[in-house]
Amino acid sequence: MANKKKKLLQGNGACVEGAIYSGMTFYAGYPITPSTEIAEGCARLLPKMGGRFIQMEDEIASIAAIIGASVTGRKALTGTSGPGYSLMQESIGYAYMTETPIVIINVQRGGPSTGLPTKVGQADTMQARWGTHGDYNAIAIAPSTVGECLTETIRAFNLAERFRTPVTVLLDEVMGHMREIIEVPEKGDHEVFNRVKPTASHEEFEAFEMTENLVSPMASYGDGYRYNVTGLTHDTRGFSTNRTDESIQKLDKLFYKIENYKDEIFKSRVELVEDADVVFISYGTVSRAALQAMQIARKAGAKVGSIQLYTIWPFDYDMIKKATANCKTVVVAEMNMGQICHEVKKVLDPSKKLETVQRYDGEIITPMELLEKLEEVL
Amino acid sequence: MATAEKQKSDVMLDYLIPQKKFPSVWCPGCGNGIVMGAFIRAVDKLEYDRNDIAMVSGIGCTSRMPVYLDFNSLHTMHGRALAFATGVKFAQPKMKVVVITGDGDALAIGGNHFIHACRRNIDITCILINNHTYGMTGGQGSPTTPSDAISTTTPFGNVEKHFDPCDLAKSAGASYVARGTVYHYPQLEKIITAALEHKGFSLVEVISNCHTYYGRLNKKGDAPAMLDMFKDLSVTKAKAKNMEQEELENKFVIGKMHEDNVKTEFCDEYKKIIDKQKG
Amino acid sequence: MAKLLDKIEIPHDRFEIRLSGSGGQGMIFGSVVLCEAVGQSGNKSVVQSQSYGPEARGGASKADVVISDSEIYYPKAMKLDLLLAMTQESLDKYFGDLKDHGVLIIDTSLVTDFPTDEYYGIEFTRLARNEIGSIVVANVMALGAICALTGLFTKEALTTAVLARAPKGTEDRNKKAIEIGFDEAMKIKKK
Repeated sequence: MANKKKKLLQGNGACVEGAIYSGMTFYAGYPITPSTEIAEGCARLLPKMGGRFIQMEDEIASIAAIIGASVTGRKALTGTSGPGYSLMQESIGYAYMTETPIVIINVQRGGPSTGLPTKVGQADTMQARWGTHGDYNAIAIAPSTVGECLTETIRAFNLAERFRTPVTVLLDEVMGHMREIIEVPEKGDHEVFNRVKPTASHEEFEAFEMTENLVSPMASYGDGYRYNVTGLTHDTRGFSTNRTDESIQKLDKLFYKIENYKDEIFKSRVELVEDADVVFISYGTVSRAALQAMQIARKAGAKVGSIQLYTIWPFDYDMIKKATANCKTVVVAEMNMGQICHEVKKVLDPSKKLETVQRYDGEIITPMELLEKLEEVL
Repeated sequence: MATAEKQKSDVMLDYLIPQKKFPSVWCPGCGNGIVMGAFIRAVDKLEYDRNDIAMVSGIGCTSRMPVYLDFNSLHTMHGRALAFATGVKFAQPKMKVVVITGDGDALAIGGNHFIHACRRNIDITCILINNHTYGMTGGQGSPTTPSDAISTTTPFGNVEKHFDPCDLAKSAGASYVARGTVYHYPQLEKIITAALEHKGFSLVEVISNCHTYYGRLNKKGDAPAMLDMFKDLSVTKAKAKNMEQEELENKFVIGKMHEDNVKTEFCDEYKKIIDKQKG
Repeated sequence: MAKLLDKIEIPHDRFEIRLSGSGGQGMIFGSVVLCEAVGQSGNKSVVQSQSYGPEARGGASKADVVISDSEIYYPKAMKLDLLLAMTQESLDKYFGDLKDHGVLIIDTSLVTDFPTDEYYGIEFTRLARNEIGSIVVANVMALGAICALTGLFTKEALTTAVLARAPKGTEDRNKKAIEIGFDEAMKIKKK
């Protein structure tokens, strides 16, 4: 245990290590700051293990290529930032509809549009839930350390494979570029989930059959199960349909396969909320400022707690309700003009005060800013 | 399967998906069926394992074709078929990847993917059915709609110029380029066969009829009349060599336009890197 | 009204370093090597971050390293324990971030105005040029000085870390730079 191999890595590099640990062997991407190190890492490392890297002509092509690769049975990854994430949205919807597991790492910068390419932001939080058109359920997770970039990327692949769905890992510029010394995991240290493959005969095989947990076993192209994959609303065999009952069944499948099992997806770090007067709610890099501020404030005698969301979507309303039950004030801190604070508001008891600390100038929220907010509300 | 003795109709039925509801979405007389027939016969003749064939398409009338066929079919999004196909082929190079697309799908919304797939010379066969219009949405102008032609979005005549898909593919780097028409179906079958056998990116442009929209709006008549028109307007590559540019105006030069068997193929080249890096 | 802010203090278990200079002086490289040297010298947590982007080139360039025995929450510097200033501009810009009596190391071959008397001055750039024949190793020389002045990592760990990242053929130059930086610092440390 003590002699684990250690490595100094950037957040972006740790994502690559995590993806490779998960068995990712296919990367398609397009250069964009501040995510480019993910592509560069994959270009260097993948051929060494027989994997494949391709730089596509744009982000639209990149996500299309990884969906194509996933359909052949490979675990596939792309990395991008705001403008690229926007370009990918149509195909992310295709992956929802066709239930194709893929992982997208969005290293967030300031927006909208080209915005602040080299600076930090968290303003794609809602886009990760509602980015593409139509009804669907989304999974998005957010690490806050370089070590977690590795482990959360593994978790992203596990969730993508378990639920047959695209998963977004929300990093930010600070997270992507910061370096930390982390333990390099060995085989067996982390669970790696592989998609369930069909066992039915070719004749009986239904590519989108309604199973008990609503996730259908997934055949790979070339395996001998010839089937149709389409972005049109389709029946259990994958053929397009206009029937109302089949349309409802398909959309319910997309929604409830995640909704019914969200306890498997939720992950949060809840610290010292039992006696806290004020509770911070944050995610990603900001959580590190929140924990720091909490530690400093506690030492100075203030009763402060912290909730860090690792799973952003689906949103864990029940946990928020419980963890804020004893406090008087909630401070939601995020690097945008207010996104997750609206989710918190939905479940927060009306007797409690909701405060926010927001930055959208391309700089990270500091512990001092959070302490100043505490000074104001305590 | 011994294909030689098989009746033509049996071959077709063998490759059509039995559970799929027919008739198809295509209008009676649509050229898409002729192309599908030529494609099926080519595949059957080459005796490919159909488990190893991935047929990828985007959006449009043409792009519905894979849905009827008993292959691995990936019906994707408008314009993106070649990008998806690149992922399939590169991830699983043993697969025979065929993209079936239309002029709007491949050359307007998917134009960038089209030239880059050509440039990579990735081993994909792209069959581009060119009916000079957007059929599925009701007859709008496309990148191959001729100048002055009428469409629902060029009601007073098309002021734009059109792409020549074969020229575009050749200059972008495709290593096999050919053009056929739905009238010359025996030649079409041969061209598709050659394209499938070619290693590298192959483009087959097929001049086809949309009598429902393009034909009606431009007074080209019904399906048989349009097929007759293709017969009259087609010139073989050999014959075209000795013709003046003005004579070739509004003609379709058919046959093999370009073939390069020396150019390296993308997946093969990457495999060399893997072999070297894996050590 | 001030209830909390008067009572707070920056945690003592953090040691915050900023390497600053101008683009091209190898501050980022220095910070990466410093992290690896610390990593080899024990079980400390370490976080490196840098100002990134076109505006960081040419003008003031900085890289921060936070070192702690426990989990590092906030990854960036809050109040510096050590500031290395390789140019006048970076000294002027970041001196205010240094805590009272924090360690200030200045390249005195490039700086003429000093905001305090409390500093360690070493002519890194001049020594690198005159003794080694290349100003490129001034940053590594500064790391040798940090090693001597803080004891955060051993000279051996620093040498291993530098040689692992430096281009082939520069081993001797870098080793010599570390020695000079270390020795010069020891001279003034004893005083």
